Formats: sequence, structure tokens, C-alpha cells
Amino acid sequence: MSEHRKQILSVENLSVEFDIFAKGAMPWTKPDKLKAVDGVSFELSEAETLGVVGESGCGKSTLARAIIRLLPAATGKIVWMGEQDVLTANARSLHKIRSNMQMIYQDPLASLNPRMTIGQIIAEPLTTHYPETTKAEVKAKVNEMIEKVGLLSNQVNRYPHEFSGGQCQRIGIARALILKPKLIICDEPVSALDVSVQAQVINLLMELQKEMGMSLIFIAHDLSVVRHISTRIMVLYLGNVVEVSVANNLYVNPGHPYTQALISAVPIPDPAVEKNKKVILLEGDLPSPMNPPSGCVFRTRCPKAQQLCAIQKPALLEYTSDHFVACHFAG
Amino acid sequence: MSLLEVKDLSVRFDTLDGRVNAVNGVSFNLDAGETLGIVGESGSGKTQSVFALMGLLARNGHASGSIKYDGAEILNLSEAELNKIRAEKISMIFQDPMTSLNPYMRVSKQLTEVLIHHKGLSRKDALAESIHMLDAVRIPQAAKRVHLYPHEFSGGMRQRIVIAMSLLCRPKLLIADEPTTALDVTVQAQIMALLSDLQKEFGTAIILITHDLGVIAGSSDNMLVMYGGRVMEYGNIEDIFAHPAHPYTMGLLHAIPRIDHQGTELVTIPGNPPNMLRLPKGCPFEPRCCYAVKDCKSIMPELTAQQNNRSRACHSSVESLL
Amino acid sequence: MYIDNKKVQDLADRLSSSAEIQGRSLWQDARHRFLKNKAAMISLITLTIIVIFSITGSAISPWNFEEIDWDAMSDVPTLGVPSIQSGHYFGTDALGRDLYSRVIQGTQISLMVGLIGSFIAVIVGTLYGATAGYLGGRIDGVMMRTVDILMAIPFMFVLILLMVMFGRSIYMIFIGIGLLSWLDMSRIIRGQTLSLKNKEFIEAAVATGVKPLTIITRHIVPNVLGIVVVYATLLIPGMIMTESFISFLGLGVQEPQTSWGALINEGAKTIQHGTLWQLLFPLSFFIVTLLSFFFIGDGLRDALDPKDR
Repeated sequence: MSEHRKQILSVENLSVEFDIFAKGAMPWTKPDKLKAVDGVSFELSEAETLGVVGESGCGKSTLARAIIRLLPAATGKIVWMGEQDVLTANARSLHKIRSNMQMIYQDPLASLNPRMTIGQIIAEPLTTHYPETTKAEVKAKVNEMIEKVGLLSNQVNRYPHEFSGGQCQRIGIARALILKPKLIICDEPVSALDVSVQAQVINLLMELQKEMGMSLIFIAHDLSVVRHISTRIMVLYLGNVVEVSVANNLYVNPGHPYTQALISAVPIPDPAVEKNKKVILLEGDLPSPMNPPSGCVFRTRCPKAQQLCAIQKPALLEYTSDHFVACHFAG
Repeated sequence: MSLLEVKDLSVRFDTLDGRVNAVNGVSFNLDAGETLGIVGESGSGKTQSVFALMGLLARNGHASGSIKYDGAEILNLSEAELNKIRAEKISMIFQDPMTSLNPYMRVSKQLTEVLIHHKGLSRKDALAESIHMLDAVRIPQAAKRVHLYPHEFSGGMRQRIVIAMSLLCRPKLLIADEPTTALDVTVQAQIMALLSDLQKEFGTAIILITHDLGVIAGSSDNMLVMYGGRVMEYGNIEDIFAHPAHPYTMGLLHAIPRIDHQGTELVTIPGNPPNMLRLPKGCPFEPRCCYAVKDCKSIMPELTAQQNNRSRACHSSVESLL
Repeated sequence: MYIDNKKVQDLADRLSSSAEIQGRSLWQDARHRFLKNKAAMISLITLTIIVIFSITGSAISPWNFEEIDWDAMSDVPTLGVPSIQSGHYFGTDALGRDLYSRVIQGTQISLMVGLIGSFIAVIVGTLYGATAGYLGGRIDGVMMRTVDILMAIPFMFVLILLMVMFGRSIYMIFIGIGLLSWLDMSRIIRGQTLSLKNKEFIEAAVATGVKPLTIITRHIVPNVLGIVVVYATLLIPGMIMTESFISFLGLGVQEPQTSWGALINEGAKTIQHGTLWQLLFPLSFFIVTLLSFFFIGDGLRDALDPKDR
């Protein structure tokens, strides 16, 4: 369904590296490289939601920050609206791109400046990008956004610490939406919230997307939440894409052994199902990203691993329609 | 007789901003070898009730009521008596394994010390027993790795070490406070499987505190639903999931997306968790409850026993909720 | 088991019509907590009285601080005792000068040293530290190594050398203290900035495209201000003590001006003549003021950082 929609973001072969200085090393010794994101490619169309899942250390948050250029990328291309590369854009065009790309963060309270009123917080993107806006216009826009995210406009003069986690996340969403961006990157937006509030925020995001038509990149470790909100899902392991698929396919017919294990490990809130479920338990721990395994990065924990896996890195190949898996022995 | 009998437990904190009634009249029983899941959101009082049980409340906290372990009162015991109970009869594991591990001490030393101190084992026997326990929690090459420091293990491995440590004295009750919340799903699955195996092996009763209904569903026999410091509902786990009898439980079950179902819109619980400084006089859930009746605002419903060893605290009848 | 969506909607509407409450900033919260802290409030009142005394106290004294009462000077231990009749409320010093007026003068100088010292520390230290911390990298390295080098200089030794070379003067003390007081402050602020820099709200501001200078002034400085206030309050007694120490050595302020340290020095010297008041009056002012500052600092820290309770 994504073909006839306009493509807004295309990421090609993106890698992000961190310099790791050994302890006690001299300042001029060359640092080791940690590949947090390794050759990730994907495309995102208008009004689409791409879910990015993976466990801690898989590079999903790094990916988000590289897209918005909070972190420098080592290689690759991030093409915005089919014309401009975010990575090479100059300060002025980057500023313009950023007005169309906003982010929502994991910790709702930490993402709001505790010394500012929520009115000031929500208005900040507007006053930064359109400093000529009059006070009355700013106020009207802020009020509009506050009501859109389900808070009351008479609360603009209150401070973040006076709100609960769920309300703070709504404020974060209002700040992200005030410029009517084309893309919102949500970095674990509900994982710090209580169960009863998670649903409110997920529903709110879905409603707002329907109404305003922006695209979402939804990063989470909770596969149930991702399934609920996403149209397409990308599974990351150690900085590599192991599987991309239309949401439903991934859950019904996961191709990669890692995805299979991941899905089987998610507890289901139903004792009848949960107690009889077969869980694929993975052996061992995540290898160090400083020193990833040769060939397929998952082979050290993979129940299907064979010699080939250590020699050749599997490419991301079509598994079923609109469903790609990077595994020599998919299925 | 139950292993643990908690009756009318209340915990309050005196803070500069006023008195916080974190737990209000919580009662439950726990049999030997049983797993009780306690679910609730942050601030529901689930952690503070077990902290009171373990004598771990912060200095400005005060607990009242009664907690009987094997028939003996253990609430508000002296520190020395509590220390004995804590290691030998009840032990606890926390969300962050580093809470219970000393980063500057080798794992071997931390494990053997418990055994030497509480069981009077010799150093050699204690080490052998520690290694045996690490084997039991499936730490590979336990004999070699026992001499490492905590930071040399991964998060999942550290939680295993803590579990091994808590089981050293073979306590009859293990309290696990969000043991897997900080871990990844695949590691969570490993730890939960491990806990249930160990429970079979040692016959330990477990109180599992979590906000994740999925984790509870897979591992508990009974569950206790808490909200605003009060018990909302108690009962057998299959029963509650199949026929929740409290509006809050119903709301919770509807509000979580399930991985085995394609999404429809989630039914949410409107509003926000209560401010513990200003709890309503009646039912704490009343402001968010769509079944609230007139009495809910002013009178706190009692926890009343139902069929099948269940109990619930709600003014509305079960039929009216359907 | 079915939840009526309409009922849920009705309830949501009902919840959203609750009454409005005007916001309470963290500063207001902190003030509220500070006002509840008895020790800090008593100290604040004491300090206010001392400040008012140092400004207006001289109005009720018949003597000024450099006038010599020749009568009293002839026999200080008997004629120079504190008394209302003679107008020497606190007695006289060894030279027959009115101790009451001299304590007022000393209070003015000592408080001034403390205030100016921490004022310089706050302005220079905060900006220097915040800039180094926020910019990071090589600039941070150079800026902080400079601080390290300055800190390695034995400060008291240099100050005494300066005094000896350029003569004793209160300005020398201001310069000396001002030059060094901001070093600790800049380190503390840099540390705070580094931890703030990784907070998500700073990241949100960067991602939105807010300019670095705006980020420092709008997002970083207001959030380190709490620490700055606490530290500055605790810095003042340190400054007063340094000045007193130098004056006690006989190097500080120039006669006939005086400060607490100089007064305590003189009082200690004449203690064998039985003129105990010459030591006790300046000493009690000194101690009461220092204690007040420490209690206020403590109270501020508790009020501004309630997590440590």
C-alpha cells in the first residue's frame, strides 16, 4: 500500500560509529570503533508508521538520533523528501528540515525543562522557527495544541512537575506537533508510562496521525505495542537489520530465528495461553558491539547457525511479499 | 496454616509536603510453595507493602497492622531479629541487581559470606555450596566465574547471581520486586523460566511484584490487584483473567495491546493515577471509574469475599459490570 | 465482558472539566520548603538583623570608629568596660577607640568581602563553567586545565606576597579573593552542565534547532541556578574566614579601618589585661554570622534539591 504514497524519507546504508578510548590511553592513540548502527537502509512513506524493535544495545535509539542528525553518521545517506541529504545539508537547510522532523522521548519528565511552564515548552519550536509570530498567535497555537493532545488550555502556566507521566508525554507530543511536522520519531514513548496510561498515549498518537497525516518512526522494545501501532516493522540486532516486514506478516510468519525467539518470549496477558506457550530460549548474551561476530551477527546465539553463517554475512532478501529477512536459513 | 498472613497492613510516610498513605489496609494470605502476583501501577503501594514486610521502609515510613510468618508476628521487629529473618526465611530480589551486589567485592566472597554468617559453614564448604547454587541458576562455568566481580557479568547474569544469593539459605519465601523490568524480553523469558524451575526444586513461595500482566499470567497462581494503596481484587489467576470482577482490572486487561492479536483500538482508562498526597475519601479509583455510583465518592468499599476464594472491593455488583 | 466506549467518553469529559490551578514553579516550591525549615529561617532573621545593625547601628553611638576616647585610654581595663553611660556599649579597644563602632565597621568590611567574593564567583564561575561544559571537547580541555593550573598556585602565599609588595589594602584582598573564588564554582557548574547536557530536554532543544547560546541561557543556566545559590551561600563564610585569617596575621585591612579578623586579633592580644570584651564582641558576631550562613546554605540545599531528603 506504500507504493502510491509519497516517499518522505529514504535511508541508505547508514552506519554510525562511536570512538571508544581505551582506559589510560594517551590522547593521541587511535580510538577503537564501536559500530552502533551498521548499514541500515529503509524507506518511509507519507502517513506510514515504521516500528523499530530490538533489545537494548541494538542501536535503535542511535538510529533515531542519526536520522535527525543529533549524532554524526559514519557512512550512508538520509534523503529527505526525495531531494536533500540530511547528512550533508548546511546549517540553514538542516534547520529547515528539523522543523519538519520532530522527536518524542522516552522519559516524559526529563524531556521537559523543569524551569519552564508548559506553555513556553510547547511554544519553543514555534518561536525558534518563526520568531516573527506575534504573542497572540503563539498563544492561540499553543492552546490549540494543548487541547488537541487532551489537556486543558487553562493549564499553560503550570510546570512539568505538576503533571503525571502520561500528561507530561502529552505535553511532549504537543511540542512535537506544533510545527505540523511531516515526520515524528518516537523513541520508546510509552515504555516509562503506567499500563493504564500507555493505551491513552498510543491511541492519541494514532488519532493524531489519522488527523494530521504525519509519518511515524516508532521505536520500542515492546513488541505488542509496536504491532498495535505500526504498518511496517523493522527488527534490529546489534546494529543490523535482520528482518523488515508489513506488520502482520512479521508476527504471523516471522522468518528470522531472532525474530522468532523475540516474539515467543513476549509474555501474553492470558494465563491459558501463556502457561502453555512454547518459548524459544536464546542461549548466552548479546555479544559486545566492539567486537561483533564474523558473518551473521546473530550466529553466536542462533539455534540454526552453521558454518556458512560465520563466513558470509546474509543479505536482506525477500522472504514473502513485502517481507525481507537477512538469514541464510530463513523460515 | 498459611506461610504468610498479612492483615490490615498500612504504611504511611511523613514528608515535608504532608502525610502520604502509601498502603491502606492490605490483607492477603500466602501458602507454602504458592506464587502470588501483585500488580499495580507506580504508586499503587505494591512495593511499599513488601518493604514493610521486610522491614525496609525509609526512615520516615511507619507500618501498622499485622504480618505473620509461620504464625509469628514479624512486623516492626528489631533490626537484629529482622536480619535473621531476612536472610534465612524471606529473601528479596530487586529490579536492579546491583542493589544487592557490592561492586567492589568478588561474587565468591559475597555468596560465601552469607553462608558462613548464617549457616556456620566453613569457607571451603561455603564456596562449594555457592558454586553449586550458581550452577543451579545456570551460570556457565560457575566454578571459574565465581571469582569475578559483579561488573564482569551482563545484566541477566547479575540477576541470576542475585537469585542464587537469595536462595542460598533456602528461604521459604522469595519476594521478587520487578525482577525482569530492567531486562530485555528474551532475557526476561530466561529468568522467568529459571524462577519457576527453582521454585519446583526448592519449594519456595514467591511474591512476584510487577506491572506486566503478561509476566504474571505466565507464572502466578493467585494475583492481587492494587490501586492507590488498596487491594482492588484478589483471586485465582485464571479466574481473574477470564472474569475480572473489578472495573480497574477490567480496564487494565483491555488497555494492553496483545502480541497475538491484530490491533483494534485500545480501550483506555481515562484520567491519571491518583495523587497519593490527596487520596479521595472513598474508592481511590472512583475518579477514573465509569461504573462509579453515588457511594463510591464518600465510602471506601470493603474487600469482600466472593466464590472460589476470590475477593473484590467495589460497590457495584459483579452483574452490573458485565 | 464489554466496556462501553460511550461511558468511557463521558467519564473522560467529566474529568477534563476539573478546576484550574495556577502553576507553581520549582522556585515557589523551594521557597515553601525553605520557609518551613526552622533553623534556616532563624538564621535568615539573625543575618538580616546583623546586616541592618551594620548599616544603621552607628546612628545611636556617640563615638565614631576612629575617634580616641583619651579618658578611657588612660585606663582601659576599668574605664573602657562596656557601659551605657560612657557611650561605649561594647567597651573600648586597647587604644580607647569605641568597640561598638569598630565592630560595626568590621562587620561592614567583612560582609562586603564575603559578598563581593561570591558575586565574582557566581558570575565568572557560572558562565565559565557552563560554557566549558556545554561546548565540551578541546575547548573544555583548555578551559579546565587553566583552572587546574590556577588552583595549583598556593593562594595564601601569593596573597601574602602581594600584600607585602604592594602594601596592605582592602582592595588587594578583594582582588586576591576574587581571582581565586570562581575556580571551584566553575568546576562545580561544569560538572552540572555535563550531566544536564545529556538530559532529553536539551536534546529536544537541539533537535528543534535552538541556538547554542539560547540553550545555555534558557535551558542550562536556570537549571544550575539552584546549585549556584547554595554554593554561593556556603562560599561567603569561606571568604569571610580567609579575610579574617589574613587580617589576623596582621596583613589585611589598613588602620584605622578594621574587620572581624583584625578585631579578633587585637582582642586576643590584650586578653591578659583582663579586657575579655575586646575579644568576645567581634568573635560572637563572627561565629553567629558564619553559623547563619551555613544553616541558610543547608536549608537552601534541602529546599532546592528535595531528592536528598
